Amino acid sequence: MTKIWSIPGGIHPEENKSQSLQLPLGEISLPDELIFPLSQHIGAPAKPVVAVGDRVLGGQKIAEAKGMISAPVHASTSGTVTAIEDRTLPHPSGLSGPCIVIAADGKDEFADFETCEDYLSLDRDTLVQKIRNAGITGMGGAGFPTAVKLSPRANQPIDTLILNGTECEPYITADDILMQTRPEDIIRGTQLLAHLLGNPERVVIGIEDNKPKAIAAVTQAAQGTNIEVVSFPTKYPSGGEKQLIQILTGKEVPSGGLPSDIGIVLQNVGTAVAAYEAVRFGKPLIERITTVVGQALETQRNILVRLGTPIHHVLAEHGFVEKKAMRLIVGGPMMGYALEQDDVPVVKTTNCILAPTKKELPPPPPAQACIRCGMCAEACPASLLPQQMYWYAAAEEYDRLEAQNIKDCIECGACSFVCPSNIPLVQYYRAAKGTMRQMAIDKEKSDRSRKRFEFRQERIAKAEAEKEAKRLARKKAAELAKQKQEAEKAAGVKPASHADKVDIVATAMASAKAKQATPEEQKSKLQRAVTSAEGRLEKLQQRHAEAEGDMKDRLAAQIKQAELKLQETQNKLADFKPVPTEIVAEATDRAPAATDPNDPVAAAIARAQAKMTMAPDEKLKANIESLNGRLAKAEEKLATAQAENSDKVEALQTGVDKLKEKIATAEKELAELAPSAPAAPAPEEQDAAAAAIERAKAKAAQQASMSPEDKLRDQLNSMAGRLEKAQAKLEKAKADNADTVDALQLGLDKMLSKRDKLRDELRAINPKAPELDDQPTASSKAEETPEQPDAATAAIEKAKAKAEALANMSPEDKLRDQIASLETRLEKARQRLAKAEAEDDPNLDAFKTGVEKTEAKLEQAKQELSNA
Amino acid sequence: MAFMKMTSPHTTRAGDTGDVMKQVILACVPGLITLSYFFGPGTLINVVMASITAIACEAAVLKLRNRPVGFFLKDYSAVVTGVLLGLALPPYCPWWIVVVGTASAIILAKHLYGGMGYNPFNPAMVGYVILLISFPVEMTQWAIPRTMLEDGQGPLGPWIALQHIFTGAGSIDAFTGATPLDVFKHNNSQLVEHLYNSEPIFATGRWAGAGWEWVNLAFLLGGVYLLYRKIFTWHTPVSMLATIFILSLAFYDGGSSHSGGSPYFHLLSGATMLGAFFIATDPVSSAVSTKGRLFYGAGIGILVYVIRVWGNYPDAVAFAVLLMNFAAPFIDYYTLPRTYGHDKARRATEKKD
Amino acid sequence: MYEYLLTHPFLAALAALVALSLVFGAVLGYAAVQFKVEGDPIVDQLDELLPQTQCGQCSYPGCRPYAEAIANGDAINKCPPGGQATINAIADLLDVEAPTLDEEHGEESEVKTVAYIREDECIGCTKCIQACPMDAILGAAKQMHTVIADECTGCDLCVEPCPVDCIDMLPVESGLSDWKWNKPPAVVENIQIIATDKHPDKDGAAA
Repeated sequence: MTKIWSIPGGIHPEENKSQSLQLPLGEISLPDELIFPLSQHIGAPAKPVVAVGDRVLGGQKIAEAKGMISAPVHASTSGTVTAIEDRTLPHPSGLSGPCIVIAADGKDEFADFETCEDYLSLDRDTLVQKIRNAGITGMGGAGFPTAVKLSPRANQPIDTLILNGTECEPYITADDILMQTRPEDIIRGTQLLAHLLGNPERVVIGIEDNKPKAIAAVTQAAQGTNIEVVSFPTKYPSGGEKQLIQILTGKEVPSGGLPSDIGIVLQNVGTAVAAYEAVRFGKPLIERITTVVGQALETQRNILVRLGTPIHHVLAEHGFVEKKAMRLIVGGPMMGYALEQDDVPVVKTTNCILAPTKKELPPPPPAQACIRCGMCAEACPASLLPQQMYWYAAAEEYDRLEAQNIKDCIECGACSFVCPSNIPLVQYYRAAKGTMRQMAIDKEKSDRSRKRFEFRQERIAKAEAEKEAKRLARKKAAELAKQKQEAEKAAGVKPASHADKVDIVATAMASAKAKQATPEEQKSKLQRAVTSAEGRLEKLQQRHAEAEGDMKDRLAAQIKQAELKLQETQNKLADFKPVPTEIVAEATDRAPAATDPNDPVAAAIARAQAKMTMAPDEKLKANIESLNGRLAKAEEKLATAQAENSDKVEALQTGVDKLKEKIATAEKELAELAPSAPAAPAPEEQDAAAAAIERAKAKAAQQASMSPEDKLRDQLNSMAGRLEKAQAKLEKAKADNADTVDALQLGLDKMLSKRDKLRDELRAINPKAPELDDQPTASSKAEETPEQPDAATAAIEKAKAKAEALANMSPEDKLRDQIASLETRLEKARQRLAKAEAEDDPNLDAFKTGVEKTEAKLEQAKQELSNA
Repeated sequence: MAFMKMTSPHTTRAGDTGDVMKQVILACVPGLITLSYFFGPGTLINVVMASITAIACEAAVLKLRNRPVGFFLKDYSAVVTGVLLGLALPPYCPWWIVVVGTASAIILAKHLYGGMGYNPFNPAMVGYVILLISFPVEMTQWAIPRTMLEDGQGPLGPWIALQHIFTGAGSIDAFTGATPLDVFKHNNSQLVEHLYNSEPIFATGRWAGAGWEWVNLAFLLGGVYLLYRKIFTWHTPVSMLATIFILSLAFYDGGSSHSGGSPYFHLLSGATMLGAFFIATDPVSSAVSTKGRLFYGAGIGILVYVIRVWGNYPDAVAFAVLLMNFAAPFIDYYTLPRTYGHDKARRATEKKD
Repeated sequence: MYEYLLTHPFLAALAALVALSLVFGAVLGYAAVQFKVEGDPIVDQLDELLPQTQCGQCSYPGCRPYAEAIANGDAINKCPPGGQATINAIADLLDVEAPTLDEEHGEESEVKTVAYIREDECIGCTKCIQACPMDAILGAAKQMHTVIADECTGCDLCVEPCPVDCIDMLPVESGLSDWKWNKPPAVVENIQIIATDKHPDKDGAAA
């Protein structure tokens, strides 16, 4: 006699098993429509492999397993796939899920099954694959894919295979009748499973002692094999996986683990038979034995039913009296779930359909207060404290629930069953478990979110720090330059009248900052508007060409409107142009200009006028260009249309004509504009300084986008112009014997040195670059490195610094300073000249002139100093 | 068509909390009969008065709390509280003692804590202790058992008893006397054997004082019935009685004048059996797990013995139970059963990291 | 010495007190060094409890700043995404009475939402990408953007900056995988402990 262990707790509900055993195993007619949920098992839902409208045969795979833990679905009869859609699922939630719906054609034709006589000679993997392909899942309850269970990890040798014929739930007799009618197949299935698991030491079929016929039949069939048939006292829930393992082996499945962790695999007897059929006859899981029971039915029995059969069909076949039934349960009364709808199908795990009357299974009376009587703890097969768990679940104290091992609750319902206060304990636990699961997911997500957020913060902080570092570097460079200049000019002369000019610079700076970049923006905005208006117009014209009747008139009106709008926008753009934004002004000449006592405003005006003339020209040219482009396109379209003899030809022709007209107008305008350009309006006088700075900024922006070489060249160009001007001024001042001569001289010197520097730079970048101009004289401004597009600001700052320096210098000092610098420059110029001579530089002449001029200046300065 | 949706299980065992309580009341009957037989109708009157007061208080409080009165009265828990308090009170005590005690039990000890299922202390014992501390004179006058009645002195008639209870009229001094526990407590010179021979309450009895031993046996009978009906588990009463037995055996001292009393004496006198089977087993205020209940019962046993022998009060079940009620949550924390699949039991105080 | 102390109880008491304070001072000092707690764990703990949506509805720029603010004494009921559950958890941690959610900062919504970009309307402006505290929006300038739904916390912050209003907050779809049983209703609606009896409407309805 095999040793039997006992389990704690447990209950003895009324068995109610005889009702369904009075009649032999029956069969029912085929329904018209079968429903196959894609997820009848634990794991990933299957993936449909048929399409709506396909004809399928019985046993044909209609959905394949997706992933490791999954199972395919097979059609259980022949018919046509009518839909793949969401249908109500046989699930306690009553939710819908994807199902394949098949309209049975009544022919009940089957695909050919691949039989295999000598299956035990096949290798393990082939057999497991066969079982997997047959869609076999656990037939007892949860529906875990059998093939997965039969593939334990290599480090977990299986020493015990348990076949579960317990069926401890009241009412259900599906396994009982299977064991009574097909004990040989069970034994064969068991042997197959044992073979797949490497023939474990112990193979045991456990059956509760309330099924004497089944025990006798299976014992009989097991004669001569090494399979033990063990019967043990009836007690709910002996049939639970963990409980049965405890009863038959005395071992406990570790919390959170699987039976295979302790070398045990447990399978339902029905699963064994299904696996056997799958391997032996190639028959997939398309039907199962289901108990149909309950006093609301006229006939209560077990039936072999095709999977996918709607439950209402099953009920109808058994004389279901709807009035008498209060609820409809799939599964047993202890762990089954109530259905709200009876249109759900029988699936792989449907072991019982229970339609009790109200009297048979009365609804629970209202719950009373828990008096902690402890009956639930007495009944709990997992040795939990259900009353405490209820307490904490009701109070939503999930930490405490965790400490009470709520996760080990198997939801068998024994506690609810015995509760004198009729508290729906299991529902509390299920709700709490669901919430805890959700909380765990949320926690994980929030942790991930935190990480992501922190990472993002870090990234942004890093970017900021980099920016800041760059800014600091620039600032430092600017300061250094300033210091250098101050040091250079330490001995300059500062005419008193220059003090107020410094203020002008400051004001200019401020206003320049305020206006920064706005004209640019406005312009681009206007251009965008023009483009979009044009686009719209074009589209409308096209539609007009396609349209007919009323529509045509309406569209014509719309086109008119669009044209007007376009005109308006273009006008605006044209009006906007004269504002000196496009003018490529000398970036830095404003500061020295400010030191010019004569008339900085006048100079600015002159320059502005000169440049402004360019703008409308360019614009018109661009316009014409784009119009030409459009014309070309339009003509192309027209050609196509003509070729296709399209009815759009006319409209397109009109469009082309119009475009041509427009181009003509634009060209005329351009012609008119050219001579009138010099007369363009002058900017407001008082804004001159501001405008200049603006220009400087614009130029800086432009320079930033230029190649260093171009930039330098540009700078050189402008420098040359400025030098010229400065010299002119100086001459004039000298002629007038003005007291600003010194200052002007100094400015010139600086410009000159600056220009030299620029040239050096340019040469460094491109040694072959021809010198753009070789006007000698001075220069003054900021170095513009590619990383430093903010030249204007730096220039302004320097101008200010210089003004300050000048103000602090005595005339004598200044002259000395000047002489020193001139000497240096002369030295440099000579060197360069020598070099140029050696290299036969094309700028040789220029260098010579430079040297000469410098010498003259030096002479002059020395004289002045001696005079002073 | 739509069916009723609900969670499993779909079947329950017949019966409800009311049935459990009715069983408890039924199990009290032998004790009540024995008490009435030996001490006259006083206890019966107490029980009836206490039950009525309990129901009235319960109904009133439920009404005040806007609870469905009928639904809660049907659980009979108020009646049980009333009956238990009635059994514990001395016979022929004034009516207001009963009323005050019962009202305290229901209102203070039960409903102020949230009502049925939420009271941390045994309501009947709270009521009893309030009375014992507030009205020591009335609470320490026990009737003498019928075996001690003088010849020709019939037991107290119900009419006189009622008169005395409600009006205080008529002296019943002839019918009151010390309980065996009182006698034993005040003895400090005689050997136990002498005491048993000299004191009539022992002399007329067999093991533990006239009447009392039978009363306790009757409650034992009721308790065994409840155990048979699986209303509660054996853990608390057995552990409590076993502890008392062991302690009394250890301190019996061969029956000297300083003896704590024999195991018989302790098990069969006072409220030992009533306490063990009807008070300590109150599930609401006791420990929950079986292991916890063993500790809980043992704690009560120790306290009962300690207070009886070395404390100021002759009997101690009420104090012992209340003190252990305090300790019950603490016991619960450390006595979780080992759950299936776990190597060892956890502690409820564990928190997730 | 001993004799002297015996005869002068005042001095004896003084000596005893001094000795005691020295001993306990040493113990406390040792404990302070030995069991010193690094950092500010309360902020970490609070941060653990907050939902990490980084939505800023609490008026702080993220969950951690709010955790720091709470640690410095700010109200604990400013987190609508966490809702009452978070408030209760924080109240539990700080051992204070749990207030109800401050509606000023928003209402607790029953359903979780996730941002969804109507992709054909997206103009690729990257404004939402910059707004997303989770880096959960994928896209580049002038390219269509899309939300990584798994990383989206439903904080709403991307909705406002979108110039074409193409971001919707859609409720997270719930299916079989996250379905769970509801907690059963108390059949006698108000079997509750006394502390919660203060809801007269509820009581009135059940009576």
